[in-house]
Amino acid sequence: MIPIAHVLALSVALFVIGAAGFVFRKNIITVFMCIELMLNAVNLAFIGFSRYLGNLDGHLFVFFVIVVAAAEASVGLAIIIALNRNRDSLNIDDLDSMKM
Amino acid sequence: METLLILMLLPPLAGAAVNGVLGRRLPQAAISLIGCGAAGFSMLFALLCAWTYSISAAQPAPFIHSYFTWIEAGSLRADYALYYDRLTLVMTVTVTVVAFLIHLYSRGYMQHEGGYYRFFTYLNLFLFMMLTLVTAANYPLMFVGWEGVGLCSYLLIGFYFRRPAAADAGKKAFIVTRIGDAGFAVGVALLFWTFGSLNFQETFGRIIALPAGEMQGTMTAVGLLLFLGAVGKSAQIPLYVWLPDAMEGPTPVSALIHAATMVTAGVYLVARSSPIYSHAPQALQVVAVIGCVTAFFAATIALTQNDLKRMLAYSTISQLGYMFIGCGVGAFAAGIFHLMTHACFKSLLFLAAGSVMHALDGELDMRKMGGLRRKMKTTFLTFFIATLAISGVPGLSGFFSKDEILAGAYEGPLGQPWLYWLGAFTAGLTALYMFRGLFLTFFGKSRLTPDLEHHVHESGSKMTVPLLVLALFSIVAGDVSWPKAFGGSESFDRYLEPVFKPSEDSLRAFAPSAAHGPGSDALMIFALLFAGLGILVAYWFYLRSTRLPALLAERFSLLYNTLLHKYYVDEFYDWLIVRPLRVGSEKLLWQECDVGAIDGVMVNGTAKLVDDAGGFLRRIQSGNIRSYASWVLLGATVWLAYVLWPR
Repeated sequence: MIPIAHVLALSVALFVIGAAGFVFRKNIITVFMCIELMLNAVNLAFIGFSRYLGNLDGHLFVFFVIVVAAAEASVGLAIIIALNRNRDSLNIDDLDSMKM
Repeated sequence: METLLILMLLPPLAGAAVNGVLGRRLPQAAISLIGCGAAGFSMLFALLCAWTYSISAAQPAPFIHSYFTWIEAGSLRADYALYYDRLTLVMTVTVTVVAFLIHLYSRGYMQHEGGYYRFFTYLNLFLFMMLTLVTAANYPLMFVGWEGVGLCSYLLIGFYFRRPAAADAGKKAFIVTRIGDAGFAVGVALLFWTFGSLNFQETFGRIIALPAGEMQGTMTAVGLLLFLGAVGKSAQIPLYVWLPDAMEGPTPVSALIHAATMVTAGVYLVARSSPIYSHAPQALQVVAVIGCVTAFFAATIALTQNDLKRMLAYSTISQLGYMFIGCGVGAFAAGIFHLMTHACFKSLLFLAAGSVMHALDGELDMRKMGGLRRKMKTTFLTFFIATLAISGVPGLSGFFSKDEILAGAYEGPLGQPWLYWLGAFTAGLTALYMFRGLFLTFFGKSRLTPDLEHHVHESGSKMTVPLLVLALFSIVAGDVSWPKAFGGSESFDRYLEPVFKPSEDSLRAFAPSAAHGPGSDALMIFALLFAGLGILVAYWFYLRSTRLPALLAERFSLLYNTLLHKYYVDEFYDWLIVRPLRVGSEKLLWQECDVGAIDGVMVNGTAKLVDDAGGFLRRIQSGNIRSYASWVLLGATVWLAYVLWPR
């Protein structure tokens, strides 16, 4: 039986990697993947707690997160493709046309 | 009776409504038919009311009818109720008859002016308001009429609103009378506070039942406040300044509103409130003194005015002063009598002046007239009759009423010899300035420009017929009350006795030993001497040796200029009130309070605060997604640290 602390440590590590990548990388696709990574880190924490507490609530949340993540991924990728066609660039720093 | 009263009031209101709403699209004939028809019906029903009331059994007692409850708030109750007694009878008949004739005259006078329908709308509305004022059975309703006539006066003075002078004169009239109206309102409030009622019948009944000397302080305060209202409306010192400027309005308006009816509302107010004054002899003395001083003061100004209408305006102020002398010495009936005769001859003077003005293409400067007697026979004749009447020539209406007032000034309950002497001297001045006007306008050589000389013509019958009718009234209106000296019985006084007797009696209780003068015959003779002297001087100055006035003006240039500039009262008010108000408004209220505090600190200050804060905060909105993400991360970390920090 793996102790909960280990599971959480892995989850935090994954989340921090995702967050760091989100902040520091410039490629949109990488940033996008980092978001997925953060979501999955959270999923892992949910599952860990679910097992630790011995009930299914955590699973329920995880399924919701997976569903939303799938939807988000499809919409997000579509936006990225549209952006790439329009701007011919995937650099996140170029996307500042909303700024005054 | 109650139906007749309402029928007297409604036609002018209906006429005003129809002309006001549809008038723009109606032809002139229809407008004048509606306007004059309304005034005519009103007059007809006024006469019917007078007749019905006179033959009714309850006659000397007032007829009061409440139509519906108008205001009911706490203990204040004001009905739409009308009050009809002999005083109301005199007022309604005078007002409607003069108004009807002036409506007829206006058809001719306003024919070629723009805004024909507007004119008749206002005129009808005025008539309605004036009738409301004189028939009201309580002070609030009277106040409605009071303000209503003020409004119509404002609208009609500013009738030629494209001319700045007319618009300014309208505003001046409105604002100056407002000062008096405030006094009226406060006086009415004080009356309500004291008696808990504002109905004439109830209030007056309780006041008359008071023993002499009781509540004299309150009554004096109420009397003075009501008189302040009268001073504003009836153009007495110190609030008379609006009336001469009001001559900017069309001449029929000057005749109807600013000579015959509205300006006499103050006299009516004092007479109607006579029970109040009967317990406030000091207040009444103020009325008499102000009336007398105004009469003299305005007459001296009238001596030097060159504008025909302005001269008549000052004459009106002076004559209103006479009416206040009458009321102020306790001879209320004499005041009302003069009000009635004055309505006839002064409106006639104005209408004749309007006829002259019409013929001369709007010229009003008497120095540029002269010799019109031959070209405008009817106008001249009627003007002449009115001049005789106002100068107090025996046999005409003005003589009887002025004589009664002067006799009252000496022998009335509160009479004082000096009031009589100043009044009689003013009668001489009246004759002098009126005959000066007559001689300059109608006699002597023509001083018209050749252009105008061809233009001069007698006015049409639409205008001359009302002139003739009014001339007839100016002659006979005085015959309702022959003086005792002529073997008469002063029947007008007897007639109004039921209205004024209780007040006069209670006044006599204050001054039991009224001055016993040299007898009314002698008083009359002195007044006549003064008037005759005035006419002679006018004849001498303006027909015989016509260079004399100019010489005198040069010799006594200080006096002359003071009079010509109306004692510099307008300038004084300008310096005392208008200018400080203006400077204070501009410098302090506008530039400091409004621009500085309200605009600067509050309105723009708020905007500037938001702007500055936004400018500072928008630096966070870099547009860089990664920096946003960093902020989110940072925020989340800080929050987590805060939540999880071990305490």
